[in-house]
Amino acid sequence: MSPTFEFDGAEIAARDGQTIAGALIASGRASWRTAAGAERGVFCGIGICQDCTVTVNGAAGVRACLRTACDGDVVEPESR
Amino acid sequence: MRVVVVGAGVIGAASALALARAGAEVVLVDRAGIAAETSSRCEGNVLVSDKGADPAVRPEAELAIASNAMWRSLALELDAERGDGPATELEAKGGVVVAFPQGAAPLTAFAEGQRSIGIRAEVVDGAALRALEPHLSPEVELGVHYPDDAQVQPSLATQSLASAAMRRGARLVLAEVTAARMRGGRIVGVETTSGAIDADAVVLCAGPWSGEAAARLGARLDIRPRRGMILVTTAMRQRVFHKVYDADYVGAVGSADAQLQTSTVVESTPAGTVLIGSSRERVGFDDRPALAPIEAIAAKAVRLFPFLAETQLLRTYAGFRPYAPDHLPVIGEDPAVPGLFHASGHEGAGIGLAPATAELIAHHVLGSATALDPAPFLPGRASLAEVAA
Amino acid sequence: MSRRHVVVLGAGPAGLAAAVAALEAGARVTVLDEGERLGGQYWRHHEAITDRRLQHGWERFERSRDRIAAGIAEGRAVLLQRAAVWRVDVEPLRLHALVGKPDAPGRRRVVVRGDALVLATGAHDRALPIPGWTLPGVTTAGAAQALAKRDGVTVGTRTLVAGAGPFLLPVAQSLAIAGARVVEVLEASRLPRHAAGWTARPWELAAAAGKGLELAEYARSLLGQRTPYRTGSGVVRILGERRVEAAVVARLDRAWRPIPGTEREVACDSVALGHGFTPRLDAAIQAGCALTEAPPGSPRFVVADPDQRTSVDGVWAAGEITGIGGADAALAEGDLAGRSAAGTPHAALAAARRRRDRTDAFARRLEAHAIQDGWSSWLEDDTLVCRCESVEAAAIVRASGSASRALRLATRAGLGACQGRTCGSSVEALCGERLGLDARPLLAPMRIGELLGGSEATA
Repeated sequence: MSPTFEFDGAEIAARDGQTIAGALIASGRASWRTAAGAERGVFCGIGICQDCTVTVNGAAGVRACLRTACDGDVVEPESR
Repeated sequence: MRVVVVGAGVIGAASALALARAGAEVVLVDRAGIAAETSSRCEGNVLVSDKGADPAVRPEAELAIASNAMWRSLALELDAERGDGPATELEAKGGVVVAFPQGAAPLTAFAEGQRSIGIRAEVVDGAALRALEPHLSPEVELGVHYPDDAQVQPSLATQSLASAAMRRGARLVLAEVTAARMRGGRIVGVETTSGAIDADAVVLCAGPWSGEAAARLGARLDIRPRRGMILVTTAMRQRVFHKVYDADYVGAVGSADAQLQTSTVVESTPAGTVLIGSSRERVGFDDRPALAPIEAIAAKAVRLFPFLAETQLLRTYAGFRPYAPDHLPVIGEDPAVPGLFHASGHEGAGIGLAPATAELIAHHVLGSATALDPAPFLPGRASLAEVAA
Repeated sequence: MSRRHVVVLGAGPAGLAAAVAALEAGARVTVLDEGERLGGQYWRHHEAITDRRLQHGWERFERSRDRIAAGIAEGRAVLLQRAAVWRVDVEPLRLHALVGKPDAPGRRRVVVRGDALVLATGAHDRALPIPGWTLPGVTTAGAAQALAKRDGVTVGTRTLVAGAGPFLLPVAQSLAIAGARVVEVLEASRLPRHAAGWTARPWELAAAAGKGLELAEYARSLLGQRTPYRTGSGVVRILGERRVEAAVVARLDRAWRPIPGTEREVACDSVALGHGFTPRLDAAIQAGCALTEAPPGSPRFVVADPDQRTSVDGVWAAGEITGIGGADAALAEGDLAGRSAAGTPHAALAAARRRRDRTDAFARRLEAHAIQDGWSSWLEDDTLVCRCESVEAAAIVRASGSASRALRLATRAGLGACQGRTCGSSVEALCGERLGLDARPLLAPMRIGELLGGSEATA
């Protein structure tokens, strides 16, 4: 079963068990957050750097590299 | 005239500037550096809202009113001197003290007293309150708006005060003061870990460590630490627009109770984080991150602003607030050691009270003019002697 | 048989070894780990996704996992996964954790009590700041590894791997297996050919490490891709508008200063950086464990006695937090720590200590890859050093050297979302002093609401 989630209005299909970051990368995206106007994506990949955070189902600051994508998740990009 | 100022927190830095401006040769001595302790572990409050009109505390209210006005002109001057960026980040955003249903009557009575001594304090409710703070809990019924409450970035402001003093000839010495140099019963300098410094006067601004430092200088001063814990959130879209407190704040500062006390103080910073304070505990100089105060602060903050429940915490930190047994600042010459002046015991209000305190110090040390009344804060005052005895 | 309750923080090689050893010694064991699956970074995996060629020592992992499962079945082991430990108290011993989906609001708040604690919190990659390193497409070497293993993806298709240390090799191999072309592997250190036993050729390096087979495999896969492995070289600038388009590579001198005139541009769409590792000391520092001394910018480690005891009663440490030594050292230290924490007396641990001591040689050889001071000379004034708060190098350098904690705080370097975990060592190196950024009151991100409503206690 492959979960599908919404990202910034687009439907993203993830492999079962993939993280949100993994699925976003697989969809061809390298960045999904802005910091001081510049684009950011995964940097540390293991939950340390906070660069890849997204808002998931309304909760901000979710590390996309740690969070497994779930069917029906609504994921939004962040900026700070 | 040479003056040694011991302690480079906000009180020491402001005093150094005031003394240098009045023509003294100033040596600022600190064991750790500028704003190394309390002045970088606090919210940067420049408040009038928490100052009551009761006779026992009214002198501090008057000092706060004067100091609040001084900060505004001082911030402009420091900005102009620095030139390449804000020197204090003074934000005159105003404060809103709010009451839950049972607390409305005491708060409005408190505000009425404040108005009688010249503090602007406007009762707001309903739509007016929501217009000030749209994200407040619906539980909150009434608030008092204090347009004159302000905040500075405390460590930056302290640095700017010290830099301004140094531009006027003050010198910074990184050393720990170990003893007084005495001659003819008068203090004539200090011994430090990097040598002796002669002086015509010594001003002790060591915050919560002032009692210990006074003892090294042969004086007796009862100043104790009270720990305050503060929570810091991650940066976010601004949803808190003033300094917002619950009405318990006044009780916590004025209390002699050793037990943990908290009252909520919530505010945004220019960096986008939200600061949530603050607890008061008498636990000595224990700065380990304690659990009970952060849980208590968190609960109260969420009650005030429900959206905070989903907000991420970045860190917590502890700072020590110096207080005197009668909860008034101690400013003036030591009754037993001529030439030694104290400026401490500001208890969590040191940032706000720094400019007025510095003016009083310049008055005591150099005889500079002041419109402030120095009498209530003198170290020899009766209320301090009684408690100490 | 021991009747102690041993709590193990971290389920990488060190933590798993500790848990298994403590179970063998008869203790009750609780393992807390932030991951969804056991294994830590070294054995990071997903059953349906991970290419088995990316896993090393997998049988050891399976044995450990099965032993813990057996412990659970016997009622002697408890496993708390997806457990973000945000606070450690040692008197009495209490671990405060939030259990649930990472960073989700309203996770279950759990307090774990125990008689002994084994800290096995591991390390994360350290990446030095480089002009352009915030561009999308630049990741740590560990991220490249994790994405390849756990998610089966690579950030780009032409990747430059750069940094220092033999761990760059498995990263390059993972990238290759996951489908990227590794254009070059750049090792900043000029490896001494004679003194420490390293050579410029990775397969010999591998043999010297006593891990011949494993590292020789890496070397072969690099050769298969015709990937050059260059020592004394590094990335000094990363180019691109909205993502990586190329990198400037230069020869580095012994101090890691770029040698003028040696710069060349390498086309790539991704860069994986790993200049060694930063031990994850947050929990050890909060527990009050003594650390080794080191100059600002260099890692400190938990001081451990011959049986892996820390300076704090009832607290043991194992793995990368006691010194970067790789998985074999972590396994050996974890085994020793687990036995000792379970109450096995010192005299009965001689064999375990010998196994641990045999892994020292590899750790010592890693010293040849230590970060050298000259790296800061590839910074530009406007290079972002603190990624979270976008603080430029020049601002940090300006604030350093003064007597002012105030100025350093005012830059906000190290005060952002990651709390200095990414830039802290670099900021301290640039300031020339320790700033205490690693003393973190909260060990993991949490939401304010998660502090409310009490917690569920476990025995």
